Amino acid sequence: MAKKLLLGDEAIALGAIRAGLSGVYAYPGTPSTEITEYIQNSKEAKEAGIRSRWCTNEKTAMEAALGMSYCGKRALVCMKHVGMNVCADAFVNSAITGANGGLVVLAADDPSMHSSQNEQDSRFYAKFAMVPTFEPSNQQEAFEMVKSAFELSEQLKEPVVLRVVTRLAHSRAAVEDAPGIAQNSLDPATENAHWVLLPGNARRNYLDLISKQSAMAEAAGNSPYNCVTEIGEGGKKVGVIACGIAYNYVREVLDNNALSDSYKILKVSQYPLPEAKVRELAATCDEILVVEDGQPVVEEDVLKYLDTAYPVKGRLTGDLPRTGELNPDNVGAAFGFCNAPAYDKAKNLAGRPPQLCQGCGHRDVYAALGEVIKEYENPRVFGDIGCYTLGALPPFKALASCVDMGASITMAKGAADAGLWPSLAVIGDSTFTHSGMTGLLDAVNDGSNITVIISDNLTTGMTGGQDSAGTSKYEAICTGLGVDPAHVRVVVPLPKNMPEITQIIRDEIAYDGVSVIIPRRECIQVAARHARERKAAADKQ
Amino acid sequence: MKKDIILCGVGGQGILSIATIIGEAATEAGINLKQAEVHGMSQRGGDVQSNLRLSDQPIWSDQIPTGKVDVIISMEPMEALRYVGYLAKDGVIVTSSKTFVNIPNYPVEQDLREELAALPNVQLDIEEIAKDLGNPRGANMVLLGMAAPYIGILSVEQLRKAVSVVFARKGEAVVEANLKAFDRGVECR
Repeated sequence: MAKKLLLGDEAIALGAIRAGLSGVYAYPGTPSTEITEYIQNSKEAKEAGIRSRWCTNEKTAMEAALGMSYCGKRALVCMKHVGMNVCADAFVNSAITGANGGLVVLAADDPSMHSSQNEQDSRFYAKFAMVPTFEPSNQQEAFEMVKSAFELSEQLKEPVVLRVVTRLAHSRAAVEDAPGIAQNSLDPATENAHWVLLPGNARRNYLDLISKQSAMAEAAGNSPYNCVTEIGEGGKKVGVIACGIAYNYVREVLDNNALSDSYKILKVSQYPLPEAKVRELAATCDEILVVEDGQPVVEEDVLKYLDTAYPVKGRLTGDLPRTGELNPDNVGAAFGFCNAPAYDKAKNLAGRPPQLCQGCGHRDVYAALGEVIKEYENPRVFGDIGCYTLGALPPFKALASCVDMGASITMAKGAADAGLWPSLAVIGDSTFTHSGMTGLLDAVNDGSNITVIISDNLTTGMTGGQDSAGTSKYEAICTGLGVDPAHVRVVVPLPKNMPEITQIIRDEIAYDGVSVIIPRRECIQVAARHARERKAAADKQ
Repeated sequence: MKKDIILCGVGGQGILSIATIIGEAATEAGINLKQAEVHGMSQRGGDVQSNLRLSDQPIWSDQIPTGKVDVIISMEPMEALRYVGYLAKDGVIVTSSKTFVNIPNYPVEQDLREELAALPNVQLDIEEIAKDLGNPRGANMVLLGMAAPYIGILSVEQLRKAVSVVFARKGEAVVEANLKAFDRGVECR
């Protein structure tokens, strides 16, 4: 079949389309966004009627995917790693209900936090929920594993996690396409006892899940994705456990250096970690180096399986860095090979952090806020997740916090409860519908004295301008949640409106209760894209 | 044969289009390729880079090891310096000479130029050339033309053809304008 140059994300998307996918459910999040976008833009997916619109958040996505699986069809749910926290309730319980049609949960982890708040490892979530994980090492495997994951999910009747990291999600390579298969037909589950998680049913299901663990272990033990390769001769016998993409770094190092020792590499791309293979590796080697991107999930398991005296190296021992993503340099160093730079680091160099675009409406919001809040003795502005988090950096330096999706409103509320005034929140439109609405209801019910700014750019900007779930509904949502309509104020964030905007912020800070200010102007990147699309459409006619 | 390339610049300068064209040429030529991109927050006015690896052998790592980069192709001179630690002894920097100053602590330009001049480098004011050609958005194609002879594993002709293929859907005029920019880059080197 033809080879296509695809991002890891795109390979997963194409793999899912080929594997008889009926629906993808997702909220945008770097580095997972391009999976859903690929399916949305795919002509084949459209013709096959694959459902692909963005969801409001990862929890609604996970639940809808479970509903599709309930009906016997194959569903994919995609998110960045922290999205797993948002959907954790649904995800963990989906292991208790089990799946009907294949259910694959794609988690894109972000070691080194290129675009994230932490580097949590989704393999922990899979272990916690007691379900299998696939972890591809390259784009071709990513393409193929989606099908394997759906098959295993249907065989075990359990959700299956597919874990990738930023470097694979956002790296391009040639992928050999394969013929697709038809979607499953509608076949809703009939055993209510299995799907109604009343304690009596849940206890039974949980025992059932535990009894499936041996089948999961057997599948991983026999998986062709978990294979052994030997490199080098003589010397010390070094065992290597290389998980997912880490395998590439190991091969990069061992294939490009003169070796005096021999290496036996167990590549792990399907979990649970195959215990027998680890024991066998230990028995035939003098030591084991565990190379995994993310947290030391496998290293901890290996320590558990082996005698305490057996030498195991990895992130916990400092042979690899405890934090941050792997690369050929730090993996090389763990093997004792050093890549020396040929040139010294540059002297005339300054950091160039990302910035809000020139002309962006968020800039005008921060300009107005900055002007107003210096009039108060002890103001705080609680921030949220989006482009506007950049308001924390110079020249604005406006934000007191940025924690998780929606936390601006609830932290402002808690701070107001503690007696802080003025207590403000800045949240984007998409983040507000993702996880801000419930917090606003809490604030309304408590009569908290906060001023919430929903900076509405009519899109999900930071991930590249995806549709925002609440567009054109914000005033209705806020008043519906109980905010006094007189204190839901809409402004247009432009420099010429500065006097009006600053006065409204002052008035709403002075108001003792929940007020919402909605500065609304389209993201300039998306506006430019829309203009191009309109021009292209006009040119066609 | 292998060629390890870092493409870099400031978000919005069009380095990913360069990557797309090299990718197209490599696929057409049956050369193995891995290209790690930067997406998300770092696109907005901040530094961006892409690791691009080409080889007739299997490529393992998506990231290039320290000291192994053959060509740094940069849309901005200070951004080129950011990756000097990765440059191989016999590597080369191909960069725009025009600074892009959007930070308050940008280095003294004279010092920056002297440091760059001491390294193996090729520089051109690609923005000026693109403007002269009446195609200011084609600066990245001028840069690709400048870099083309250093890519080696792909010929200038193969890269030139990929420029036409990638821009084909935007119409003949756009293809012609970009080919002109590319050719000027090749000549000016």
